[in-house]
Order: sequence, then structure tokens, then C-alpha cells
Amino acid sequence: MNMNELEIVRLKDIRVNYGDIPVLEDVTLSIFQHDFLGIIGPNGGGKSTLLKVILGLVKPDSGYVSVFGKPPEQVRSRLGYVSQYYAFDRDFPASVWDVVMMGRYGKTGLFRRYNRQDIAAAEKALERVEMLEHRGKQIGRLSGGQQQRVFIARALVAEPGLLLLDEPTASIDPTMQTEFYELLEELKKSLTIVMVSHDIGAISIYVDKIACLNRQLYYHGSKEITPEILEATYKCPVQLIAHGTVPHRVLKEH
Amino acid sequence: MLEALQYEFMRNALMAGLLAAVACGIVGVYVVVKRIVFISGGIAHASFGGIGLGYFLGINPIIGALFFSLASGLAIGGITRKSRLPADTAIGIIWALGMALGVVFIALTPGYAPDLMSYLFGNILTVPMSDILLMLALDAVIIGIVAVLYKEYLILSFDEEYATAIGMPVEKLYLLLLAMIALTVVVLIRVVGMILVIALLTFPAAMARQFTHNMKTMMLLSVLFGFLFTLGGLWLSYVLKLPSGATIILLGGTVLAISFGVSKLHLKRNKIKETA
Repeated sequence: MNMNELEIVRLKDIRVNYGDIPVLEDVTLSIFQHDFLGIIGPNGGGKSTLLKVILGLVKPDSGYVSVFGKPPEQVRSRLGYVSQYYAFDRDFPASVWDVVMMGRYGKTGLFRRYNRQDIAAAEKALERVEMLEHRGKQIGRLSGGQQQRVFIARALVAEPGLLLLDEPTASIDPTMQTEFYELLEELKKSLTIVMVSHDIGAISIYVDKIACLNRQLYYHGSKEITPEILEATYKCPVQLIAHGTVPHRVLKEH
Repeated sequence: MLEALQYEFMRNALMAGLLAAVACGIVGVYVVVKRIVFISGGIAHASFGGIGLGYFLGINPIIGALFFSLASGLAIGGITRKSRLPADTAIGIIWALGMALGVVFIALTPGYAPDLMSYLFGNILTVPMSDILLMLALDAVIIGIVAVLYKEYLILSFDEEYATAIGMPVEKLYLLLLAMIALTVVVLIRVVGMILVIALLTFPAAMARQFTHNMKTMMLLSVLFGFLFTLGGLWLSYVLKLPSGATIILLGGTVLAISFGVSKLHLKRNKIKETA
């Protein structure tokens, strides 16, 4: 690993318990500038919790977190976050435009009104996810995939240095998924991306590095995952499709 | 109704209705979209402790209610945020404690507690000028806060986790929102009484929500509906010789039920059209 690379996230010996149940155990991870890291693992393996630790939404019971060299609470305006579930009310009185503008809060701050720059940034972000024409629609009336695009635009409009995506393609239809990954491809030139997913196939095409998480983290700073690691993560044999120069299929015996 | 306007108590009643509509219209929108109707109910009922304290100390019970509703709002907010108690448990505790204190204070006050019923069930016809001025001041505070923090409260009511993730002072804003609800409760006590406050916090906003998906428009419509309900209820109570507070609520509830019914029919008809 090149030591000159800028370390964006450092997690050291992170331990998180929900009540008596351990969710993360001894997780140590460094994420560097322009990394595009995919985190895979079974449901309940702690993927979302790990993102929330980086965001400062979940306080670890022990261990050390730093993001951009500071505690996460101090750098929130530099983080973009797209969460897995949105529990908002379908009748909530907000338009697509209102929701995207929320992303500019970190740039404008408390008490201030949105200015012309904020408006231009929101238009650009909506164009990028091809939702500009829907700007006036009520957010709850859109399809799941369209909503997801709006939430991605909201994360982008904040011009974050680190983008955290929790199952971002879960409710997007397949054609849109390819477009979405291409968008990430372009974005990763200017920022660092961490994406949580259980779609091993898709993730292995687009990301540069893969970590496996099931309470414990298996990560070697590369894209290589061995059947042994997958098996340790999923606690059962997993079908692994490897992409790259030598396409082949590794299927461990049951 | 027009000839009734020559009486000062009628003019005061109209003014009180308008001021109540402004407060409940604006704050009611947050109460409804953020689903904190029962926190508001808890704050309203706990304010009875302050009314009792007012009688006991011989001061205006409304001033007592102002302090009690603020304190109970902050207590409910503080308990739910800082302890592991679920919100409805905290609401139940504060709701009952406030009312119990009110009963004890009134029992300790020598003699008879005049006007007690009007604090419980409201009487828009007996609002004195001093209370109207207080309502005006509280309305101004509420409008000021919402004007300055509109975008913050939109984010907070939409998605609190996101609000935290982008670094908003969520806890302080939430407590300030509960304080605004407390002020609204005080504004509304004179009009519909502390027991019925919860209705004026929800009916106009629920009504307005059917017509718009813009929060500012929803607030304006909600103020309008609140004013129509109080005005219409006042007129009905005058004609039918019924208590004003309860009449206002019954009118609002009826209109709301009819409009829900109509929009449901409308939906059904559209569905039939689509399948045909």
C-alpha cells in the first residue's frame, strides 16, 4: 500500500453491541482517498452498523474512529449518505426539489437561506440522476427506484468527500442499476466511495476493493476474495463468480 | 352574527379565534407530519398543573399554564432523548403528574376556583384583553421561530436520522419544537380548553394536508381552516346556545370526516375509471 495515500477513514478495534448481542467485533479498517470499497456480507452481519459508525450515528462500545482525521461528528458536512430504508410518510408534504435541497444544509448552515449556488447545485445533481423533470412531484408519490435516485442526488448535492451508500440499488430496476454503477464509476474520480451490498456479482465488477463483513471484517486491501473468506463470512459455501481477465466460476462443494 | 360584533366580547372572541388559528395552523402541521400528536396531548394536559398553581398563588392561571406546559414539554423531550423510556411512557407520566398537581393545588386553594370550567373546556366568549395580548405575543414568537428555522424543521420532520447525519443540532431543535407546542397549547387553552387543545392541533393540519404537498402552503391552508372552524363553531354555538369550545371541535371533526369521505369516493371512482 502506498503510504502517501491520504487516509480518509480509520477504524481501529471497533466493537458494537446491541444490548448483549455483538454486532461488530474487532473491526479494523483503513479507507484511502479515491478508494471505491464494496462491503458484502449476510443480512444482520453489521454492514449498515459499520456505515453508521463512520457517520457517527452509532457510538462504538470500544475502539477508535476517525474520518478525515477527526471524530465523525465534526466532519459531517463532508459526508454523503444514502440509507437503505426510508421510513418517511408517503403523504409527507415535500417535493423532489425540497428533498434535494436538504442536501445543501451542510453548505448553508443553521438559520441561512438557500442561495443561487445551492439552486444551481441541486439542478445539476437532479440532472445527473435524470430526475430534473420530476422536481415538482411529491416525493412519496414516486416509485422506489425514482426515490432512490432523488436520495442519491441529495447526497451528491452536498459535494461530499466521502460517499457512503447502503444497498443503493436494492429498489432500482436492472437497467437503471447499470446506469447507476456507471455514475459511481465517474464519481469515484473525485471522491471516495464505500458501498454496502449483498449483490456480490455487481459489486465485484465495479468496486476496486472488497471487504467481507459478518461481525468480523475480512479485508486485504484488494479485490480478491477467496472462497475461504466468503465461507467464513457467510458461514456456508457460496457461489463465487470472478470477473476480470480470466473469467471463471468457482463453486465450492456443498 | 354581524349585530353581535357590536359587543366587545364578540370582537375579542373573533380576535382570539384568529390568533388561535395562526398558532395551531403553523405548529399543527409539524405535530401532524412528525406524528407527535400525543406528545402534544401530554403537554396540554400537564398544563393543568400550572392552572392550579395560578389559582393557588393568586396569579393569572394562564401564566401558570405557560410555565407548566413549557416545563412538561422539555421534560417529555428530555426523558425520551436521554433515557431508555419509550416516548409513550414518558407522555403518560408527565400527563398524569401535571394533572395531579393541578388537582392538589386547587384543593389547597381556599374557597372556590372561578372559571375552572373555561380552562378545561374553553370559552372563547370570555377571553379578556390581557390574554389576547399574550396570545398575540406567543403567535409572534412562533412565527419568528418558524420563519428563521423553516428549512431546518422541514429536514427534521422528514428524516431525523438524516438530519443527525448531516450535522444538524437535532436535539435542540426538537426541544424547541416541543416548546413551540407548549406555547401553542397556551394560546389555545382560552379558546377550546386544555382537554380539547389536541383537536385544534390536528384537525386543521390534517384537513390542509389533503390539498397540497408543499409545507408552506399546508401551513397557510391550515391557518385558514383553523379560522373557519373557530369562526363557524362560534356562530353555531351562538345560534344553538351550546358551549363554544366543544362546538368548534365538533364542527371541525364533522368537516374533516366529510372531506375524508369525499376524497375516498374520489379515489374509488378514479380506480374504476382506470380499470375500465
